[in-house]
Amino acid sequence: MLEIRNLHVKLEEEDKAILKGVDLTVEAGKVHAIMGPNGSGKSTLSYVLAGREGYEVTEGSVTLLGKDLLEMEPEERAAAGLFLAFQYPVEIPGVGNMTFLRTAYNAQRKARGEPEVSAAEFLKIVREKAKALKIDAEMLKRPVNVGFSGGEKKRNEILQMAVLEPKMCILDETDSGLDVDAMKLVAEGVNALRDAGRAFLVITHYQRLLDHIAPDVVHIMADGRIVKTGGPELALEVERNGYSDILAEVA
Amino acid sequence: MLAPIRTRKTPQKLEAAEALLAARPAPEGEARWAREARAAAEARLREMGAPARRDEYWKYTDPAPLLQPAPDAAPAMADDEGPLWAGTDALRLVFVDGVFRPDLSDDPRMEGVEIAPLSEALAADIHWAADLFGRLEAEGQSQVERPLAALNTACAAQGFAIRATGKAARPIDLRYVHEDPRADAMVRNLVRLEPGAELTLLEEGAVAARANMCLEVSLAEGARLHHVRAQGRDHERVGAAHIFALLDAEASFKSFTLTANGRLTRNETVVRLAGDGASAHLAGACVGDGAFLHDDTVFITHDAVGCESRQVFKKVLREGARGVFQGKILVRPGAQKTDGYQLSQGLLLTENAEFDSKPELEIYADDVACSHGSTVGAVDETALFYLRSRGIPADAARNMLVLAFLDEAVAEIEDEALADVVRARVAAWLERRSR
Repeated sequence: MLEIRNLHVKLEEEDKAILKGVDLTVEAGKVHAIMGPNGSGKSTLSYVLAGREGYEVTEGSVTLLGKDLLEMEPEERAAAGLFLAFQYPVEIPGVGNMTFLRTAYNAQRKARGEPEVSAAEFLKIVREKAKALKIDAEMLKRPVNVGFSGGEKKRNEILQMAVLEPKMCILDETDSGLDVDAMKLVAEGVNALRDAGRAFLVITHYQRLLDHIAPDVVHIMADGRIVKTGGPELALEVERNGYSDILAEVA
Repeated sequence: MLAPIRTRKTPQKLEAAEALLAARPAPEGEARWAREARAAAEARLREMGAPARRDEYWKYTDPAPLLQPAPDAAPAMADDEGPLWAGTDALRLVFVDGVFRPDLSDDPRMEGVEIAPLSEALAADIHWAADLFGRLEAEGQSQVERPLAALNTACAAQGFAIRATGKAARPIDLRYVHEDPRADAMVRNLVRLEPGAELTLLEEGAVAARANMCLEVSLAEGARLHHVRAQGRDHERVGAAHIFALLDAEASFKSFTLTANGRLTRNETVVRLAGDGASAHLAGACVGDGAFLHDDTVFITHDAVGCESRQVFKKVLREGARGVFQGKILVRPGAQKTDGYQLSQGLLLTENAEFDSKPELEIYADDVACSHGSTVGAVDETALFYLRSRGIPADAARNMLVLAFLDEAVAEIEDEALADVVRARVAAWLERRSR
């Protein structure tokens, strides 16, 4: 699904290397987790994959379903099946949540050569998925993320994911700012989307989200590299002993 | 306190005023009261002089194109999208190059509303017109000089006098078609709403190569005027438009202006809230590209208790376009419980665009809530990336953000159907431009 090879990235403005040779393969049907201390490059990786400006890839490659991801514009990546659930979902005053979702949905369909759906049809698609995430009609009418609580914003991210049905889902610190109930809702939303044709990359600082979204593979990231890869037990080890033991071990 | 701003009377200003008056003889055949009002306006203009760049309220806007003997040629743009209010059920009054054309217009009759061409109204002894014509304009000069409005009172021969005594069954639509690339138009409209009357007044069109427009509005107790204006779309047109509104107790005036294109647009709105509980909402959305200057100059006087005023002005500017906002709220002594709000924002789509904003508050009452905000900035890159990351192409995403920016002003239009007409038109412009 997603193949990252020797990825080196620096900040354009500061000439500062952030990723220093990331290698990662995520297979279809799998959930991979990336854990790591603050400043290890986890969020940068998610932004680079989604195509945010301000980063320069100095070396390496990324492919999604065999296509060169780094050559694509952000909207092309989305149409190709990539989705990033933001750590800090953006508030967009004046753009209705429903209009935003429908525009995105139809833009992706158009890019893939599929027919666009009408407002009425789309409403049907969204209603059902929104209900599962306890997102009411009022939230759909409001401007995108404006005045949403932290939990509502994250649920709104998962709703977008459920509606857009991407192939490769990246969740960047989706657990941050969530209470236990909201986390369960979000995790249920993610788990409902798990299937053989879809892969997940769950970026998180803490193990707790992984109690609800069970990963197949866990990677530890430090100083811009994946330094250790293992099974779910690796996340538990982090939970027990923190990152220092693992980092000392690989140093 | 409350010292009026008087400009320095240079010989150039005075000569320019003479030239403006000489170019347009006062209309003939009018009633004595009308002739007197014209003469008084002439005298005002002679005393003030023409506007000049050194005047405080013309600092950001060069009035020269409004003063030169004849306008530069401004070709009328092909009307490929149709008049804005074509789909709105309204009583239509059509002007071509600033001249009323009964042959293109609806029969100007509606229950509860008197509609008369200005020339008729000024030739007769109509007391309500006599109480209005030139009176509000003259009063509107008391704090800031507005010579082009005095010129309009002195010379304008075209326009309508409209008086409503009840709730109008449908809107009146003044459609200003522009054909002759040299047309130099002057239009004066008078609107009087008697107690409890309600009217929606629509205006649309490019008018002429150069236009001097003036609207006087007098609202009696509890009257409501809803005014939606679309100034468009010829690239080279220049114009000044004044609105003078006087509101009695519990009256409501809502005015929205959409502007696209035009080399120079100066919109002055002068409102006096003279009766307790009156309310004025002024809003504007403009989209400018290239050689474009759009100037909103607003003066709201709170002169009674418990009045509310609201200003929301938004300008989208790119490729050398300039926006100006000069907005003042004056709260006179005794105007307690005043609620004043003012927002002016510029969105610069390219670095070579400019927005100059001058908000002013002058408050002489102590129990008052007044706030103002003014910002200028570029499209929010974070929001843009967020939209694109969901699959929305860059141009469409940018247009969504521009529309969202303007929508705060468009949403001030009370009638949702009219607001949707404006939204659709702006969306079409943006889409066309990004193609």
